[in-house]
Amino acid sequence: MSAVTEEARVRAGADWDFRQLQEAYDRIEAVALKELGLDIYPNQIEVITAEQMLDAYSSIGLPLMYRHWSFGKRFARDEALYRHGLRSLAYEIVINSNPCIVYIMEENTMVMQTLVMAHAAFGHNHFFKNNHLFQQWTDASGILNYMEFAKRYVAQCEEKYGEVAVEKLLDAAHALMAQGVSRYPRRNLNLVDEEKREAERRAEQLRTYNDLWRTVPHQAGASRRRTDAAERRRLLGLPEENILYFLEKKAPLLKPWQREVLRIVRNLAQYFYPQKQTKLMNEGCATYVHYRIMNRLHEQGFLDEGAMLEFLHSHTNVVLQPDFDDRRYSGLNVYALGFAMMEDIARIAENPDDEDKIWFPEIAGAGDAMEVLREAWANYRDESFIRQFLSPRLIRKMKLFTVFDDGESDLLVKAIHNERGYRTIRSALADAFDVVKQEPEIEIVDADLDGDRKLLLEHRVHNGILLEPSDAELVLQHLADLWGYEVRLIEVDASSDRVLRTHEAGPSPR
Amino acid sequence: MNIIDRRLNPRGKSLANRQRFIRRARKEILDAVREASAKNGIADASGERVRIRSDSLREPSFRPSLHTGRRSYVLPGNHDYVEGDTIPRPSGGGGGGSEGSPDGDLQDSFQFVLSQDEFVDLFLEDLELPDMLRKQIRQADGFTPQRAGFSTSGTPANLNLVRTMRNSLSRRIALRRPSSSMLAKIEAEIASLPDDAENGQRRKELVEQLRLETLRSRRIPFIDPLDLRYNRFENVPRPAASAVMFCLMDVSGSMTAHMKDLAKRFYKLLYLFLSRRYRNVDIVFIRHTHVAHEVDEETFFHSTESGGTIVSTAFEEMLRIVNARYPRERWNIYAAQASDGDNMPADNAYAVSLLQQNILPLCQYFAYLEVGAEEGRYGGPTELWRAYQRIAQAGYPIAIRKVNHRSQIYPVFRQLFSRERAVREEQAR
Repeated sequence: MSAVTEEARVRAGADWDFRQLQEAYDRIEAVALKELGLDIYPNQIEVITAEQMLDAYSSIGLPLMYRHWSFGKRFARDEALYRHGLRSLAYEIVINSNPCIVYIMEENTMVMQTLVMAHAAFGHNHFFKNNHLFQQWTDASGILNYMEFAKRYVAQCEEKYGEVAVEKLLDAAHALMAQGVSRYPRRNLNLVDEEKREAERRAEQLRTYNDLWRTVPHQAGASRRRTDAAERRRLLGLPEENILYFLEKKAPLLKPWQREVLRIVRNLAQYFYPQKQTKLMNEGCATYVHYRIMNRLHEQGFLDEGAMLEFLHSHTNVVLQPDFDDRRYSGLNVYALGFAMMEDIARIAENPDDEDKIWFPEIAGAGDAMEVLREAWANYRDESFIRQFLSPRLIRKMKLFTVFDDGESDLLVKAIHNERGYRTIRSALADAFDVVKQEPEIEIVDADLDGDRKLLLEHRVHNGILLEPSDAELVLQHLADLWGYEVRLIEVDASSDRVLRTHEAGPSPR
Repeated sequence: MNIIDRRLNPRGKSLANRQRFIRRARKEILDAVREASAKNGIADASGERVRIRSDSLREPSFRPSLHTGRRSYVLPGNHDYVEGDTIPRPSGGGGGGSEGSPDGDLQDSFQFVLSQDEFVDLFLEDLELPDMLRKQIRQADGFTPQRAGFSTSGTPANLNLVRTMRNSLSRRIALRRPSSSMLAKIEAEIASLPDDAENGQRRKELVEQLRLETLRSRRIPFIDPLDLRYNRFENVPRPAASAVMFCLMDVSGSMTAHMKDLAKRFYKLLYLFLSRRYRNVDIVFIRHTHVAHEVDEETFFHSTESGGTIVSTAFEEMLRIVNARYPRERWNIYAAQASDGDNMPADNAYAVSLLQQNILPLCQYFAYLEVGAEEGRYGGPTELWRAYQRIAQAGYPIAIRKVNHRSQIYPVFRQLFSRERAVREEQAR
């Protein structure tokens, strides 16, 4: 790297210009690729205004999104909070796409821009490209084209079938979005082919349509073959956890365009599923990367003392973890915990003590911290990452403890940061970050297409945690409207198979 | 790597979503808007924050209920709990932590800001702007600043003290800058040491410490440029032209509270209607019996006077105020007169000529509202009505209407400002 010229040096509080951005980017890149060994998608850095940032917020972070009132609602709320100074905006938004798009705000100082580029354009970017969940579940090179298709398709539907009909469909699909995910992938996602497939669906529909069938007389009183329940379920591919998928494929009354819109929402849900499962790791990785890079830039003289101070100020804000009885406490801070874990892993790899050697024989003293970390970033998700790497030392440092709440009597302290408690705490924390355990387990278990066509769903209740009833009724109503016939949801205790609660809904009159 | 400047991209990308959102909650927003405008004074009804509760804005999902089941929480920062301790249940909540659904707060009520245009659009719903008025509205120029978050640069006047001091304090704590009280303490200790040999060493230490701390406090500034935060403002275009609205009302004994209420409603609509086009609308209240005074809104609507009725006094007062404060070339002048139609017969001719010669040439528009009792007994046209009718027929910009009941206000207003009417007048010219 060339020597730092006086003019290029980043100072505290200074404004930025495009030449400086470029210079900073090049220096970060040199550190990230050569010294940290990161592997990234090509970057596209976009400078945006506050209003555009609010825009990006409201469309769940994607630069292209179909139209729906809920995004307008989100915008209205965020704008009100922002305008009254109750909340400041994120410094950046990064999109898991190839090329990787990083939005940075024009209001950031040069130090912040440097930080943000290191954090998003290298930290998150590396994680997106290398984590196995993202590789398996998302198609980074296809997402932007697909969203363009989705936006156009929904707009066309609005024109053809009316905004009201599309809005109703999207409302229902959004309500079921969390149930639009297949946890075990059938095949790798390829969004590039999606548009072609939609065209084929239309062609197939035209090709197989034959008006003659309408005129074939029905045999009066013909006894229809009744398949037995087990066979019927097998034919329908039940049980099925992905409700949107099931509706797209099997709902009797939906029009082709409605199936297509359900598919769009389902693909979106699937695209975001890995992000839900790796919040801690993703932020931990990005925070650790920016911390390493900024320190290195400071050593090289590219960041002067003041700039470093400004950086440290915002870095410590980000990784602040208030205690549970602090007024500011609002849950575990994924930046703080993630960053602490990454630093801890690096320490174990490079400088382990005796305890670490017992707990982490595979990585203790492995030498190259970055190699261990890259390996972890690629192959874990939050839950397994915590189960594997949360060390007793960190539990002690953060003074973690677990509290059990049976919903009635006083809270019970189950484990604290001592020898007896480490494993309990680690396991409880891993569960808390396990999306599968935190989200209700709901499956479609039966649908009698030959009989009354009632759709039967089952919620396996763990630890007695039922569904929020008022919300469940509303979602079920949406589901009944999509299915076209009656729908029943039973909540069954997972350990005893006892039915705890039943919800029913029928389709609204058309 | 590419760096792209997107700042100049077209604004309002989310407009379509916002329109869908407002349409979705239309009923609730309308209620909130009507309620807000009924509560507030005439001039307060210019948009602003609206709070709505709406089932139609709810986004349901299958989510765990917070009131059932057994849970474990992992919390940081244990002080003195040991395994097996019990903690009394926090009142009104699940476990430790502040668990909650991500948008749980939305379910109760939802607050956001309607722009002034949206507010008035909703309030006047399907009302058309007459072309006649549109032509006379001058284009916008100039800007008004509106608050928009914080920035790290700005003018000293916009310095946000709280934010700045918060940053400064945390920096000083982090860098261990000694406070002045701490320096004073060391100095005091030095001064209090008796001057003898056994304290010599201690004194030396203290002096050295004082020197270092003073040095530190000099090096680490109390406020560093790094700490500064400024209120950020965005410039919002503002129409240069301003409008003034004269409310003239007869407050003699014959005007009942009901009649005044009708007049108030009419004034309010007119105000909203004007504020839709002009950023800055002044209101002047003139009440009259046999003498006229400019008064404030409260007095205007709520106090009665006794005396006769001489309409021309109000016109004279209005002319005086226009000459004194609202030059014709800078202000668009509107006037609305409400009366039960009574006037001293001797005054009629003078009032009409004053109106025709002096008032109407000044005004963009003059509305006369004749308010009657609720039962609406019909006693034939009043003196004033007949006189004004002649002026209207002569093609002056004056509109006259009769109103008896509250429900007639909207229709009457709509009649006055309907598109057809504007078109008709256009053709008549």
